[in-house]
Amino acid sequence: MEGAAPVADLLITLAFYGIAYGAVLYLLSVGLSVTLGLMRFVNLAHGVFAMAGGYVTVAAMSRAGFPFVPAVLAAAVLVGAFGMLLERALYRRLYAAPILEQVLFSIGLIFVSMAIARYAFGPLAQPIELPAWLSARVNIGIGVFPAYRIFLIGVGALVSLAVWAGVERTRFGASIRAAVDNRRMAESVGINVSRLFTWSFGLGCALAALGGGLGAGLLPIHPGYPNEYLVYVLIVVAVAGLGNIRGALYAALAFGVADTTIRYFLPDLGRVVVLLLVMAVLFRHPHGLAPKTDA
Amino acid sequence: MKKALAAPIGVAILALAGCRAGAPAAAKTVKVGIILTYSGPDASIGEAIDRGAELYRTLHRTDLPAGVELQLIKRDETGPTPDVAKRLARELIVREGVQLLTGGQWTPNVSAIAPLVTEAGIPYLVMSSGTASTTRLSPFIVRVAFTTWQHSYHLGRWVASNGMRRASTIVSDYAAGVDSEEAFVRGFTEAGGAIVSSIRAPVRTADYVPFLERVRRDKPQALFNFNPGGPEATRFVKAYHDLGLAAAGVQLVGPNAVVPDDELKNMGDAALGVISASHYSAAGDRPANRTFVAEWKKAYGADSLPNYFAVGGWDGMAAIFAAIRAQEGTLDPTRTRDFLAHWSNAESPRGPMQIDPDTRDVIQNVYIRRVEKVDGELRNVEFATIPSVKDPWKELHPSPTS
Repeated sequence: MEGAAPVADLLITLAFYGIAYGAVLYLLSVGLSVTLGLMRFVNLAHGVFAMAGGYVTVAAMSRAGFPFVPAVLAAAVLVGAFGMLLERALYRRLYAAPILEQVLFSIGLIFVSMAIARYAFGPLAQPIELPAWLSARVNIGIGVFPAYRIFLIGVGALVSLAVWAGVERTRFGASIRAAVDNRRMAESVGINVSRLFTWSFGLGCALAALGGGLGAGLLPIHPGYPNEYLVYVLIVVAVAGLGNIRGALYAALAFGVADTTIRYFLPDLGRVVVLLLVMAVLFRHPHGLAPKTDA
Repeated sequence: MKKALAAPIGVAILALAGCRAGAPAAAKTVKVGIILTYSGPDASIGEAIDRGAELYRTLHRTDLPAGVELQLIKRDETGPTPDVAKRLARELIVREGVQLLTGGQWTPNVSAIAPLVTEAGIPYLVMSSGTASTTRLSPFIVRVAFTTWQHSYHLGRWVASNGMRRASTIVSDYAAGVDSEEAFVRGFTEAGGAIVSSIRAPVRTADYVPFLERVRRDKPQALFNFNPGGPEATRFVKAYHDLGLAAAGVQLVGPNAVVPDDELKNMGDAALGVISASHYSAAGDRPANRTFVAEWKKAYGADSLPNYFAVGGWDGMAAIFAAIRAQEGTLDPTRTRDFLAHWSNAESPRGPMQIDPDTRDVIQNVYIRRVEKVDGELRNVEFATIPSVKDPWKELHPSPTS
């Protein structure tokens, strides 16, 4: 801090924390982009799976003695599997339903999940003890930053690469893209679209759980969770262009950096300005900043 | 044989039934309505108050006069929703015929209920709502909780008198936050401190980093914060820690909502060293509090801790019990109100407390605490006491009717 010029140091600091915030938002929202893109299902209950991931992470750590990272991975697998069950049992019935019914259904699911979380874990936020290597502050050359936020940026980058490679470079991804572009044609060439839906819904849920678990040190896990961050998730998904998976990364980072910077310079008006900016973007680009050109 | 036995058994059953029916018939039932938030995102506060009240009721059941039974009728207001609270209060007063109303978790809800209790002439014992003016809403309101000004005004004075002369403030932008900012600034500047910068952050800020980054650049000696508590408090303290503000010499101070006892575990070591002002800490080293905490853990689990809301429920129930005892179980509304307005308790877990008959508001010690690790657990350890604090706001804003 002493070495760098004050202005450069400020910009670096704002950029770093903005990107870290964006990385958390990305981890929370990318799963919704996956399911929205494929199934055109307005799943407002996405945060429920993030919360579930958080609770499983915390429980695995405090009750089963798992270290942080394995606990998050276990949460992603469990919640992904649970999401697949839920897709088979409930979501499937509403694919053909009007959007309003999908919205009502997923809002209902939010309330049910909040009540269950409160019943099972109590109304207070869950304590999460991050490992020592994540609690330190680290000098990364451009300044001293908390290791946890550096870690979140790193994981965000890894996940975005993995999702990109999964969608663009694998057979599974190719099937998804085929089903999105033309479902009937995909079915007629032998792709089992129904099973594909189940798997990709599970994937979306697993990604949400990953975000909830990894971000638990920043966004505490408590029964109000699915509602509390819903607005941010929806902003990212809408600005990205509904269902645009790569757009979600850009939108999350842009929102994170813009929000952090604007609130630094205009602390009292920051939120209003940011939301006006989001409105302006959506007025000009109703389909998001990076609409799907291939869909 | 069968016939021979039937008659005596029948007589015995009748006699037993007669006894059982006889006892309640002679008993007096005191009906008390309690309106709290039992569901929704803010249920943790309602639950803490309810648990405090229930714990007192369970442990002191035998203290009621013989034959007097206390019936507690609970209603869930679901959150800061004045219209719901008002409807529930009307129902409790009109249909259930309660002799006393209590709860009072939210100022807006208390404001909605106030005209009803004035009209019905029913005492309303407020266990939480911290807005200073609450007790002026109705002559039937008596408060056993605390006021925002008791904490923040005296914290401001204490901070400025203890070597920190430059302070910044960050408060959540809603009535209670603005109120506490005003209280802190008043106390702090009166004692010779200077405010460097003041920020009002939206409620439910997910990331406090930008605000705190500003503070880091302003380099104050103290940073005052007020937030609604719960997860918001954890997010704030973690961001304060992440930016290394403590290491940079910026002391975080605030009322109890900044470091609630039951949220400390969630904050972890990031909370170490935070200084706060409160009328109650679970770590308070008083015999009455040690008993209270021990009984609490016995009832609600070894991991559980009473917080400053819970002590409001406990003391509220203690006041109700005292009122019932004083009138032998027949509550006259006005006499009950007058009794409560003169009530005092030297043995509260929070230390000595009394109600100021002029304002019907609580007079109590305010403790300055620091988060420390005791036996491996984070606690708010009291290290300075400001004795017998009256609500400073009412002293600064006298009202002819009070």
